[in-house]
Amino acid sequence: MAEYLVQFGFPVWLAYGGIAVVQCMILLGIMMGAAATFTWMERKVSGRIQDRLGPTRVGGRFGWLQSPADGIKLLCKEDLIPKDADPILFRLAPYISFSASFSVFLALPFANGWVAQHLNMGVFFILAVAGLEVYGVMLGGYSSGSKWSLYGCIREAAQVVSYEVPLGLCVLIPVMVAGTLDLVTIGNMQQGWGWNWMIFHSPFMFVTFFIFVTCAVASTNRAPFDLAEAESELVAGFLTEYSGFRWSVFFMAEYGSMVMVSGLGAILFLGGWYGPIPVAELLGLTHANHAILGWLGDLLGACNFLFKAFLGVTVMMWLRWTLPRLRIDQVMTTCLKYCVPLAAAMFVGVVLWSYALPGGIFPRKTPLGAVAEGPTWPAPQATGGETP
Amino acid sequence: MFILGQPVSLSHYLVVGAILFVCGIVCMATKRNAIGVLMGVELVLNGAAVNFVAFSCPFLRADSHLALGLDGHLITLFIIVLAAAEAAVALAIALCYYNTHATIDVDEGDELKG
Amino acid sequence: MINWHTLFFFLFAIPTCLFAVAVVVSANVVRMAVCLIASLACVAGLYFLAAADFVGAMQLMIYVGGTLVLLVFGVMLTGQGGYASMKITSTNWLMAGLSGGALLILLLGCAALSVDAWSPKTVAQSAPTAEAEPTVAPLGMGLLGIRVDRLSQPEATLQSGMSGYFLPFEIVSVHLLVVLIGAAYLARTRRRREAEDSA
Repeated sequence: MAEYLVQFGFPVWLAYGGIAVVQCMILLGIMMGAAATFTWMERKVSGRIQDRLGPTRVGGRFGWLQSPADGIKLLCKEDLIPKDADPILFRLAPYISFSASFSVFLALPFANGWVAQHLNMGVFFILAVAGLEVYGVMLGGYSSGSKWSLYGCIREAAQVVSYEVPLGLCVLIPVMVAGTLDLVTIGNMQQGWGWNWMIFHSPFMFVTFFIFVTCAVASTNRAPFDLAEAESELVAGFLTEYSGFRWSVFFMAEYGSMVMVSGLGAILFLGGWYGPIPVAELLGLTHANHAILGWLGDLLGACNFLFKAFLGVTVMMWLRWTLPRLRIDQVMTTCLKYCVPLAAAMFVGVVLWSYALPGGIFPRKTPLGAVAEGPTWPAPQATGGETP
Repeated sequence: MFILGQPVSLSHYLVVGAILFVCGIVCMATKRNAIGVLMGVELVLNGAAVNFVAFSCPFLRADSHLALGLDGHLITLFIIVLAAAEAAVALAIALCYYNTHATIDVDEGDELKG
Repeated sequence: MINWHTLFFFLFAIPTCLFAVAVVVSANVVRMAVCLIASLACVAGLYFLAAADFVGAMQLMIYVGGTLVLLVFGVMLTGQGGYASMKITSTNWLMAGLSGGALLILLLGCAALSVDAWSPKTVAQSAPTAEAEPTVAPLGMGLLGIRVDRLSQPEATLQSGMSGYFLPFEIVSVHLLVVLIGAAYLARTRRRREAEDSA
């Protein structure tokens, strides 16, 4: 986009800087909008699941205005800093969480090519940056100078570092099948009808998806894995001493990472921006027909993607109010004794499946594997037999 | 001379690497906390890694045919992985030490008997 | 005319150095850890600038996301009452500063600034950062023993000598396994000893 502006005579710094600011604003808008919607939805969903009504008073029948009202309430609250706290780190911690959660969106594509920064190793970047969110929680917990916070943050550190292992393995499996770390390419490989989705690649991949969901819920600290917060035993865990604006920044980071994890799952397993029925293709909304038609198709894809991410977050809320919270030792057992071996077994299973059935069960429009990228070097046999 | 108009060269990266290295050495020498010493080691390793990456980048230098290319990247990857392994073992040792001596002041550990 | 590479270089390099100095100067272990995290994250930015995108992501993932979490974890587990800090005498500071400064001058003079081809005057004005190729696939092939960047090497001896990093890769894998078991063992023994002591 910035290249077009430079062609029309804009100075380079203005073009690139302006585009960067616009993209950041759009992403920030998406994140804030998601946080506001999901705060309201969380209350409604939990209410309905528990046979209550949820918010009904603020803003009409369904309590639409509950989130803005909450926001105003939080902004008006006093930001307390406890006497025993380390003031610099205590202030810094929420922003670390938030910026890590926000930076992930820079590499997350919303439709074919609709990504702020198209990275060749998008999956890897997302996993790397998402792993930094734990620092906000750890520093917040440690610098609060309260025993509840300290317990919460030590639990968080142990849990997140452990769950990164099975999560990485689960992400690795579709990446291995696709043969690329590029999220846009992975998404485009699942074009066409619903059986082209990565989750239907093999029975092993189907199981992998559910391990991924488990690890994703654990890595975002949602119930039943919210041991860092655990309000029934640790008051509010690492959030005990936080109030007002800083607390809401932590909250936005949490909702942001929920959306991010759901989006990642949608791209890696659930077809990304392609629906089960290729509506855009059937209607002729492709770039091959016309640029504007192609853009409309991409817009449809973005809606599709956002719907999938939204659905993922809803499932997380559903899980929260359905399953009882685990103990910390059960959380670690789930990770180390079940998720890691299962994910490793699925890895081997998918390898064998791809070896036995290289074309897959169903005929595909876009072949899997790195064929799409096209290697820039000659075949390795040309090196003269120096392969080990 | 307008400094932002000048191109960045290999020397710039090497200066950063040298500063990281010296900070690490001084940190290792002055800290009495075992984990502080470990942090010094991390800084030293990163100074070396910065140098490797800078040497492997072809457009930072006039003699670009001498650039390390992928070798530099691969060695940096090995440095990162080995640093992770080293940190894990060193932390396990530090925890053991803390458990037996009830402190992590390295000056206290002046006897061979555990 | 601003050179963008230079601007972003200073944007990452100055925090890297400042936070590294802060690690040395700070007396509080937790603040040291935070400064170290910031410094190493900025180093990852420098890697991205030097066209090493995979190494930069690896730095963020393993170093900043893994190793330093372990470090902070260690700081918390060994902290003694309030915020762990240990004072250093001013004589020690003076000696450390003097020797460190001497070492820095030595490094800069004898290594970093010694070769003309590495200095700004001889380097082309605009560095083609944007044209740098992605390094993921060649790195992966290199770890498997195939150097795709050396295929055009005219000399046969060099070509076969630089075949790849398969053996180091395997050694590192085994090494990591040994470290995993060793660290787990070290961390387990103390609990047994405690149980014996109390029994």
